Amino acid sequence: MSPSSRRELPALVDYALIPLLNLAVAFLIAGLVVLAIGENPLEAVAIMMRGALGYPEGIGFTLYYATDFVFTGLAVAVAFHAGLFNIGAEGQATLGGLGVALVCLTFDGAPWWLVFPFALAASMLFAAGWAFVPAWTQARRGSHIVITTIMFNYLAATLMVWLLVEVMGKPGAMSPETRTFAEATRLPFLRDTLAPFGIDLGQSPLNPMVIVAGLAAVFVWILIWRTRLGFEIRTVGKNPTAAVYAGIDPGQVVIVAMLISGALAGLLAVNEVMGTQHRLLLEFVAGAGFVGIAVALMGRSHPFGVVLAAVLFGILYQGGAELAFDKPKISRDMIVVIQALVILFAGALEHMFRPALIALFDRRRALAGGAA
Amino acid sequence: MTDDAGFLVLAAPVLGSGLRLAVPLLFACLAGLWSERSGVVDIGLEGKMLAAAFAAGAAAATWHSPWAGLMAGMAASVALALVHGFASISQRGNQIVSGTAINFLAAGLTVLLGQVWYGQGGRTPQLEAGERFLGLDLDLGIARLLGETSGLGQIWSEAIAGHNILVYGALAAVPITWWILWRTRFGLRLRAVGDNPQAVDTAGVSVAGLRYRAVIVCGVLCGCAGTYLSVAQSAGFVRDMTAGKGFIALAALVFAKWKPFNALAACLLFGLLDAVAIRLQGTPIPGVGTVPVQVFQALPYLLTVVLLAGFIGRSIPPKASGIPYTKDR
Repeated sequence: MSPSSRRELPALVDYALIPLLNLAVAFLIAGLVVLAIGENPLEAVAIMMRGALGYPEGIGFTLYYATDFVFTGLAVAVAFHAGLFNIGAEGQATLGGLGVALVCLTFDGAPWWLVFPFALAASMLFAAGWAFVPAWTQARRGSHIVITTIMFNYLAATLMVWLLVEVMGKPGAMSPETRTFAEATRLPFLRDTLAPFGIDLGQSPLNPMVIVAGLAAVFVWILIWRTRLGFEIRTVGKNPTAAVYAGIDPGQVVIVAMLISGALAGLLAVNEVMGTQHRLLLEFVAGAGFVGIAVALMGRSHPFGVVLAAVLFGILYQGGAELAFDKPKISRDMIVVIQALVILFAGALEHMFRPALIALFDRRRALAGGAA
Repeated sequence: MTDDAGFLVLAAPVLGSGLRLAVPLLFACLAGLWSERSGVVDIGLEGKMLAAAFAAGAAAATWHSPWAGLMAGMAASVALALVHGFASISQRGNQIVSGTAINFLAAGLTVLLGQVWYGQGGRTPQLEAGERFLGLDLDLGIARLLGETSGLGQIWSEAIAGHNILVYGALAAVPITWWILWRTRFGLRLRAVGDNPQAVDTAGVSVAGLRYRAVIVCGVLCGCAGTYLSVAQSAGFVRDMTAGKGFIALAALVFAKWKPFNALAACLLFGLLDAVAIRLQGTPIPGVGTVPVQVFQALPYLLTVVLLAGFIGRSIPPKASGIPYTKDR
């Protein structure tokens, strides 16, 4: 990763060919797993694509999943820029859900557009608050953020069980959950808004949060590449020692970056709790916080890449559900396998093909030199 | 005296169950110790345990032997450990990212394959008694010597004797780990490679070779941890059966400051907390009232966060852990 070895390849190879190659290998191995199970991988891909993009309801579900993944992907990406691995988006989003539920239950019955800003604020505030302790201990006490955020995921899960079983839970409910919010307080489904225009989104729970997700991506782009804070975040991420000489306090930047990261993860809760489930459930985040890691790695921490990767994972989730229905042997756990392979090849093994490609380009250069 | 005896009789089963709950943590914690002492951070303990639990459950059911289960469990775990080793040692990739990938790979593949092979929602077939590691008949007549109903007798028969062989294996792994890592040349080098790989390299010893060996030992120990879950503690694999134990083991490792005997103490503490939580479920403590189970469940995580932040002592990892070694420069 030294700068000299980076310059040996054209930018297009670095930013397009290598990531695509890594993804291709990940999906190739996923295909082999499908083959080993005894199904046809190409047929599986066809079913997934049809299920995810073939009809409006499928697209609605795909975008609804993608909304979650944009939020968590951006959360992980912002932390990556500051050189931090935020593995705690899951727990942060869980706490965001608590914030949303408290707001919705307090203003139960009030029109949704009145409650919406408070729900957004509460989700971000609670989630950022949950990110604060790991951030602060990393910045000021030198503990490792990976370990602390993992611990905070479990603490969030434990807290949630206690709250829903002992404190906030609806009495007599079969599973630990709060009461359902009043109809007026729920976010409207886009399927109802778009129905008069002849667009039938079926039962998909797509709601206005999909637009918020798009705005969040634009916000992160501006933040990282167009503001002073973004510059500081990137500097600390690249070289904390240099940052100190530039008059930046890395500790403070770490804390601020983690608060932003947590807040972004928290927004997922508005999509889920206020927009889809209309009540607070245990484990409503359902692993989306971890999908964010794959999404951020695949999108190379760029908001545009994150949105693309989130849509791809939306396709995988929605298409995977259809696939599991059509081919029971390929259960939805296949998505977790694909997620793992993406993290492995686009993340941990991202430089595997570099030496071979460098050798290839050197030979071509040598050949061109010899001819001239 | 009678009060003491009564307390011992009451405490004995809790101590025994605490020890049994500590065993998977201890195996995994020692696994992490080997890996991280050599400079390879491993947050994939959970995934390796899970894969081992599945492989062990499946193999024990297929070949009707717990030992076949143990072998398969170790093989699956070592395979994943080598993937992690390849990514973090040979490819110098991000070790946290690689560990995360391992965790998801195990979580997905176990259930996927379990469903395809057995069609029971990711379970492996229920194991018969002969296919499991059961408690040993190791009484040696000591219980009668101490008095079978006396406190000490109860402690002996409930908390010390009669566990399955993996329990004693885990306890033995502690001094063995200590002896190898702190009393042999190989161990000295292995620890050195986690603190100062340049120095080891200069001495003409292969950094990658040492780290690969450490990672393989890590795989073997995680294999024991997983096998314990599905073939000793339970009678078969169920989906997500590790339920975060790999991460508690990681917490215990931090707690233990990367030292074997501390690891034993930390895992026993966390196991005991778990056992106490189960014992006290819904039972009020005199003077305190009913304590929610969640308090006990949260304690290992809370303690680790507090310890890592340096409020009670300081826990500092091996210096070069997490940093890929590049020979040039």
